[in-house]
Amino acid sequence: MSSEVLAMQSARIDEPTWIETLHGWVTTVDHKRIGLLYILFALLFLVIAGVEALVIRIQLMYPHNDFVSPQVFNQMFTMHGTTMIFFVAMPILFGFGNYLVPLMIGARDMAFPRLNAFSFWLSALGGFLLYFSFLGGGGLYGAGAAPDVGWWAYAPLTARAFSPGSSSDYWTIAVLVSGFGSIGTAVNLVATIVCMRCPGMTLTRMPLLAWLYLTMAGMVLIAVTPLSAAQIMLLIDRYLGGHFFDTQAGGSATLWMHFFWIFGHPEVYILIIPCFAFMSEIIPVFSRKPIFGYPVMVAATVCIAFVSMSVWAHHMFTIGMNSYANSFFAITTMAVGVPTGIKIFNWLGTMWGGRIQFRTPMLFAIGFLFQFLIAGLTGVMMASAPFDWQLSLSYFVVAHFHYVIVGGILFALFAAFYYWYPKVTGRMLSERLGTLHFWLFLLGFHLTFDPMHFAGLLGMPRRIYTYEPGRGWDAINLIVSVGALIQAVAIVIFVANLIVSYWKGARAGKDPWDAWTLEWSMSSPPPAYNFASIPTVASRRPLWDLKHPEDPDSRYE
Amino acid sequence: MSIFAPASTPAQSIFDLSMFVLSVTAVIFIVVATLLVYAIVKFRATPENAGREPAQVYGSTQIELAWTITPVLIVLVLFAATARVIHAIQDAPQPPTAVEVTVIGHQFWWEYRYPALGVVTANELHIPVSEPSRPRPTFLQLLSADTDHSFWIPELAGKTDLIPNRINRLWMDPHRRGIFLGQCAQYCGTQHAKMLQRVSVDTPEDFDAWVRAQQQAAARDESAVAGRRVFETTACINCHTVRGTAANGRFGPDLTHLMSRATIASGAAENTPENLRLWLKDPDGIKPGSLMPAMKLSEVELDALVRYMQSLR
Amino acid sequence: MRAVAADIEPVGAVEAAPAWTLPDRGTVGMLSFIIAESAIFTIFVVAYLFYLGKSLTGPTPRDVLETPIFYTICLISSSVTIHLAGRRLARDERLTFLLLWLMTLVLGGLFMYGTAQEWHRLIYEHGLTISTNLFGTTYYSLVGLHAFHVTVGLVMLASVLVLGVAGRVGTAQSPRVEVLSLYWHFVDVVWVVVFTVVYIVGR
Repeated sequence: MSSEVLAMQSARIDEPTWIETLHGWVTTVDHKRIGLLYILFALLFLVIAGVEALVIRIQLMYPHNDFVSPQVFNQMFTMHGTTMIFFVAMPILFGFGNYLVPLMIGARDMAFPRLNAFSFWLSALGGFLLYFSFLGGGGLYGAGAAPDVGWWAYAPLTARAFSPGSSSDYWTIAVLVSGFGSIGTAVNLVATIVCMRCPGMTLTRMPLLAWLYLTMAGMVLIAVTPLSAAQIMLLIDRYLGGHFFDTQAGGSATLWMHFFWIFGHPEVYILIIPCFAFMSEIIPVFSRKPIFGYPVMVAATVCIAFVSMSVWAHHMFTIGMNSYANSFFAITTMAVGVPTGIKIFNWLGTMWGGRIQFRTPMLFAIGFLFQFLIAGLTGVMMASAPFDWQLSLSYFVVAHFHYVIVGGILFALFAAFYYWYPKVTGRMLSERLGTLHFWLFLLGFHLTFDPMHFAGLLGMPRRIYTYEPGRGWDAINLIVSVGALIQAVAIVIFVANLIVSYWKGARAGKDPWDAWTLEWSMSSPPPAYNFASIPTVASRRPLWDLKHPEDPDSRYE
Repeated sequence: MSIFAPASTPAQSIFDLSMFVLSVTAVIFIVVATLLVYAIVKFRATPENAGREPAQVYGSTQIELAWTITPVLIVLVLFAATARVIHAIQDAPQPPTAVEVTVIGHQFWWEYRYPALGVVTANELHIPVSEPSRPRPTFLQLLSADTDHSFWIPELAGKTDLIPNRINRLWMDPHRRGIFLGQCAQYCGTQHAKMLQRVSVDTPEDFDAWVRAQQQAAARDESAVAGRRVFETTACINCHTVRGTAANGRFGPDLTHLMSRATIASGAAENTPENLRLWLKDPDGIKPGSLMPAMKLSEVELDALVRYMQSLR
Repeated sequence: MRAVAADIEPVGAVEAAPAWTLPDRGTVGMLSFIIAESAIFTIFVVAYLFYLGKSLTGPTPRDVLETPIFYTICLISSSVTIHLAGRRLARDERLTFLLLWLMTLVLGGLFMYGTAQEWHRLIYEHGLTISTNLFGTTYYSLVGLHAFHVTVGLVMLASVLVLGVAGRVGTAQSPRVEVLSLYWHFVDVVWVVVFTVVYIVGR
């Protein structure tokens, strides 16, 4: 349909010049375009941060390797972590939210379109600033001024005394600026979901994606801001002679840790909750059943949001808190595993009794389920504080959180890409390339992150640019690095799929997956105005009701 | 360096707890993974059943209640086991027979002071074995002179951080003799990777002998006088201490009994004359980014200085 | 030939079409923003409380702080005036609205003057700066963060005043003025907290 429109239009109107197209994208306030800008921005940084990871893994392939100097290595792991969290994961999830939320709740755009654009460009500025640090001089060792303090930037390593030059400032200001962008988007998401649902879409009839993005946005409001506050304090220390984290003046290094992790722990839930949303949309469609236990899924998510604000010091079990504090954080951390585990059971319940189709989105969803289960269980191990006194700060933790972020979040994102790409572009991604991507990436992922747990159990700490031979770490590190290279190849295949399918993919039509939420009711890609007339809904699966008028959901809800 | 080869009570308690936690999580994994695999196989779309939608089930209160209550119970059990071990390790009282060591973390080396024994050394810790019949644990006070570090000898105890402006405690009572390795576990700067640790658990007799030797002032070797003069007239004395001489700097390791150590530069190199010479000539060659400056000495001065270092038994 | 992509309009169950009203976007947006800002202030308050009594040197709060009762009353009153202004605007009583709005600005401005005066005294008479000690750092940061928010508020209020004088602010703008008033009330509530923490609890 839309190609007919274009054909007719171009008969009447001149094709826009490339500069007009560029101008259109740069000045856009349309949520779909902003969503795509976020996603493309994030994919670019995914590749960059992935290269940083490869540098790390090549250096660690052999003990006493000298692929890069210790100074460069320390910059690599700092930039890899900072980029992945703030300039890949956050933007890509905001991008999906931007694109999908208005479509799924029957709205024409987000609540504040200009704020939306402003928030994106703030994040873009942050990313640019962080990477400008590689060019900036004045770094301590002349290797550019890229930050080398780890992505948590612990005090007092970030004090002027220990980080002269501007590297810490690049970290602080880039992340601070993009943090403001995140807050803007969160405000937008909350206002959109609360105030712009179409008639009939009560809160209990929203797609789970809307609920989860509402929760995530609420968490951003109260979790990202503590980091912003701490960063302002750090800037005051570094530029105005303040003493917030100045241990020489009686300041506290642990105060930074508390503030950082009050942000840092909810942050990882902020990242995973939208991925839960993708799973909650994809698994039902490919199991041909509604999500099992919608009300409990909502309740569990809100529960996670609250409990996750009380677990932060499990990142600090080794700093010498007293036994009561350690016990408190141990039990809250174990407790947050309960609603999280319940979600896995509900997805299992959704698949149970279904007719599972193993299309590429579902392959990645199944990978997610297994890997997130394992990641959750290694998390339970570390919730047991004494066990964590051994596991913390070692490669066991690195394995755990990469299991969550790569095995969980990235797999869920891949599923989301394969699921919604047809809607965004009007073309299907290649199933053949998708299947190849899945299996290759699965192999690489497990080769890297399964053995990595054992390196930690054998005493290998994290953030070391080299290690002594003969400690049982040598073979493990080699296998880990080989897995990384395989993952890189799989990513190349994925990117190739994205590009090639844009021109050569099969036409998708409105609803290639036979799905049930509002975004599948319109053309692919959607028209600029989304809905010709705002729909009215009577159940959680409006398109199911239309396709099955003899047995609509509205009869049972 | 495995955490599953405990050689001391705190490490053993952690090991026992970890076995319990691993068993519980293994069971959870097997149950859930089996159900997942079963679901994927049993409920896959086949040519026969494709095209028909399955029964649209929205939920089940009983099932959901069951899989809420069971995890809560598991959490309570795990927490009870955890809390017990937390208190057992952290709130253990210090017996009067304990050896007290003050550990001060530096970028990128370890300072060890035994206040009651008048011993100051660096990078290689000596502690006595602790027998159940005659317990003699070592209680460490952890401080930092600059940024955050973390003390981690996996076979002897869980790790505890060294944080400036804060005093932390750690204890261990090794059950067997031997050399136990570890390294700094909290990123502290450029040479975090080479802030290695070496703990020598000695028999009571060997430990006492070591203490006595460490308590002596520096040996005076007349053949090393030239090197000693180089040491005392270059800036060495500003950073290093050699007890019984004018050198009493505290920025760098105490060198009084340098030759009693197996390694130099906090484990970055073996303590051989060649490595000593290389370290003195060009520290960045062994540990790039360490805070020991290259003193730009001549070859003759270097030779003399190495001879002097070697005399500090 | 249909030129427009066919949209499906899902038909709801036959209802008597009850009014579908959802909260106002501006209000929800501002409340979300206020929640975020509250988190930032909370962290600064926590730092202030944590560092009470921990300064190694220099003047303590008891030595140098004088409770700014008058300027606090000014700021609290400005919340009252802005509330009344909003009510007048809703009834299209533009002149009264403008006068009350101006009063709000003046009271807010007085508060800023009071802060400036206090800082001048602290710096030049007692030598307390942000780098003097932990008290100096946490005090100037917390009070300064609040003063920054007051300043931003004053700029917004002044903009509305200018537009109002130009005759562009009427009943139609009332919702937006209410949203701005929400921000101003927030700034006031934050001051109540800061005042309590710094001048009452902290001494």
